[in-house]
This record gives sequence, C-alpha cells and structure tokens, in this order.
Amino acid sequence: MKTVNIYGPGCKRCEATETMVKDAASRLGIEVEVVKISDAKSIALAGVMSTPGISVDGKLVHTGGLPDTAKLEGWLRA
Amino acid sequence: MTAETHDSAPHRGAPDWLWYVGVPVVGVVLYLLYGRLIPISEWVTALFPVARNSHSGEAIAFFVYDVPKVLLLLTGIVFVTGVLRSWFSPEKTRAILAGKRQVWGYPLASLLGVLTPFCSCSSVPLFIGFVSAGIPLGVTFSFLIAGPMVGPVGLGLLYGLVGWEIATIYLVFGFTIATVAGFVLGRMGLERYLQDWVRELNAGPVGDLPQEQLTLVDRLKIGVEQVREIVGKVWIWVLVGIGIGAAIHGYVPEEMMLRIMGGEAWWSVPAAVVVGVPMYTNAAGVIPIVEALLGKGAALGTTLAFMMSVIALSLPEMIILKQVLKLQLIAIFIAVVAAGILATGFLFNVLM
Repeated sequence: MKTVNIYGPGCKRCEATETMVKDAASRLGIEVEVVKISDAKSIALAGVMSTPGISVDGKLVHTGGLPDTAKLEGWLRA
Repeated sequence: MTAETHDSAPHRGAPDWLWYVGVPVVGVVLYLLYGRLIPISEWVTALFPVARNSHSGEAIAFFVYDVPKVLLLLTGIVFVTGVLRSWFSPEKTRAILAGKRQVWGYPLASLLGVLTPFCSCSSVPLFIGFVSAGIPLGVTFSFLIAGPMVGPVGLGLLYGLVGWEIATIYLVFGFTIATVAGFVLGRMGLERYLQDWVRELNAGPVGDLPQEQLTLVDRLKIGVEQVREIVGKVWIWVLVGIGIGAAIHGYVPEEMMLRIMGGEAWWSVPAAVVVGVPMYTNAAGVIPIVEALLGKGAALGTTLAFMMSVIALSLPEMIILKQVLKLQLIAIFIAVVAAGILATGFLFNVLM
C-alpha cells in the first residue's frame, strides 16, 4: 500500500493527474491511497511551487504539469 | 531508458524518429497555409450573400481572415515557447533569484517572469516558495507582474497582427513597468500586509527534486502538450475577441473612434484602464480588438493602456492572491501597476 499525495488547488490538471495515478496503479496492480491536498499552505510547506505536485510515500517526485506515464509507473514501482 | 524498446504498452506514443520528422513537416504545412490565408479568406467571404465593401462584408472578411491567422500564430508561438521554457522551472528561477538583494534582482526577476513556465493557478504556492526562500517581496512582485504582462502569446500575436514596432514598444514598456513597480513596492516595506500565516513561514523547505534529464523529444512533447492545453483553453476567447474586433472593423465609424479613443481627450487613458481592469480575458482575446482599434485610428497610448490593464491586472488573479496578501496590499499592488500603465499611456499619446 502506497500513499500518493497530489498537491494542487483543484484545477483541471490536478484532476487529470489523479486519474493518471489511479490508472497507472491499477495497470501495475499496486494498491494506492490517493490524497488530494488543495490547501495553499500545505502545498507550500511540501515545497511544491508549481502544481500539480506528486509525492509517493512522503517523497516528492514531481512538480508542474502532467507527469509522464512511464515515469509515473517508475515512481509507483519504486 | 533502454527498457523503452521492450515495453509494448500502447500508450507510450510515437517513436522518436516520428517526432523528428513530424514536427518539421507539420511546421512547414502550417507555414504554407499561413501564407495562403488572404486568398482563402477572400474566397470564403465571397460565399456570403453580401457586398464585399459593405459593413457586413468588411466584418465577415476580418473574421474569416483573423480566426485562422490567430489560431495558426498561437499554435506556433505556444509550441516554440513550450519547448524553450522546458529549460526553465520555478525551482531554478527561485535558486537564481534567492540572495539577489541588489537592485538588478528586479530586472532579472522580470526577465525570468517571462521565461519561467507559470500558470496563474499556482501563483500562491509560487509566491510562498519565493518569499520563504528569502527573495525580497518587491523582486517577487516583479516576477508576478512580468509573467502575465509580457507573455509570449501576447507578444507573438501583437507581432503578427499589429506589427513589430508596437510589439517591441509593448515588450520594452511591459518589462519596464514590471521592474519599476516591483522596485517601488519593494521600497514601501509592505511585509506587514502579508497574510499572517505567510509571515510565520520562515525559510520554507526547498523542494529538492532530482534534476530530470529531458531529451529533445521530451521537450517537443512538452511543446505539443502546451498547444493542446493553451490553445484548447483560449480558442473561445480568440473567437469572441475577433468577433468584437470584426464588429469594430465593420461598423464603428472612424469619427466616433477618434472622438473616444483619439488621444485628444486626456481622460481617455484612465478611462481605458478603468474599462480594462475588470475585463476578464487574456492576450489572445484582447489583441484582435487592439488590432481593430488601432486600424480605426485609436491613439496608441490609449490602446496600449487598455491592452496592458486587461492583460496584467485581472480580478481572478487578485482573488487567488488574496490567500497570501491582505486587501491593503492588493490595493497598493493594483495602484502601483495601474500608475505605470497610465504613465505609459500618457507618454505615447504625447509622443505620437
């Protein structure tokens, strides 16, 4: 079970990122819990300056724009 | 990425060579199409049952010529900018600006504001990221003003629709306003007007992402992704803007335009700012209107002031910034930027 945090104020790209994470997880057969963090303070405290940002099990792996599918699978597998 | 070839997942997309061939081919096709727009649009206009030199004929010709022209230009500009900006990121920009307390931090921030990929929906995390890294408030403002004001979309469309002279004037003055307004705001000691929780965050964490190595194909993909996202979002504004431009072009009499926006009346510049600020559109929507206004003889200063206030000062952006700035600071921010825009407007009305 991995916890994936998605940092973003709730724009379209954040929702698209959430879908991508869930799709990738089900393709890989990995169980994930997706947590959306939309509060500006928490986003900033996580060190995210451009949204959407993604962290896997507390480790920030991506900020700014939609993630690349291949890289996303890599982060989930790691 | 040697494992790439073993992966048969269909979502992986086109092979690299297709990108190297496809992008130039699409570029050439669009360029040739761009060169044929006048005959194509005249042919389309002739299909309408109106006289070519009537009001409606003029408006239709403006619309059917400008829509494909603006959309083609926009696609090209957004693609090129998307690729160029893939070398920049807010994290790198912050690292460059942190510790630049000297005066030239302001022009540098304005320059980076133009180059750094930035979406207004992340202006709050970006603002906090900058301020908590010790970047002075004024320098942060220079960045936040320059980003939207001197965006490549606006510049490219001005260049294509209105001409390089005015595009250059806009670039120079937009950049100057961002630099000077940031400097002035920095001197005013406004830190007390930050929202309390922002002031309490000291030396925030640095998002230490591993530097991603992007290949050229990755960068081309970013360009295409940007086109999909930005053109997909602003095309409706483009249609509305060109529709208004077409109506001005076809129906508004020149004498009336000269009376309202002719630059003789001193109040035309502040009026343009007052009208421009609450208007919520973007560069892609406003520049076809600017093109039509200038074509009808509106004064350059008044038109510049209108365009700058529409693009640089937008209400939704202010509402987003309300999360980190107290109302007083937002008011001061708007006042300082508006003063710069007014000065530019008056200057050009006097010079021209």
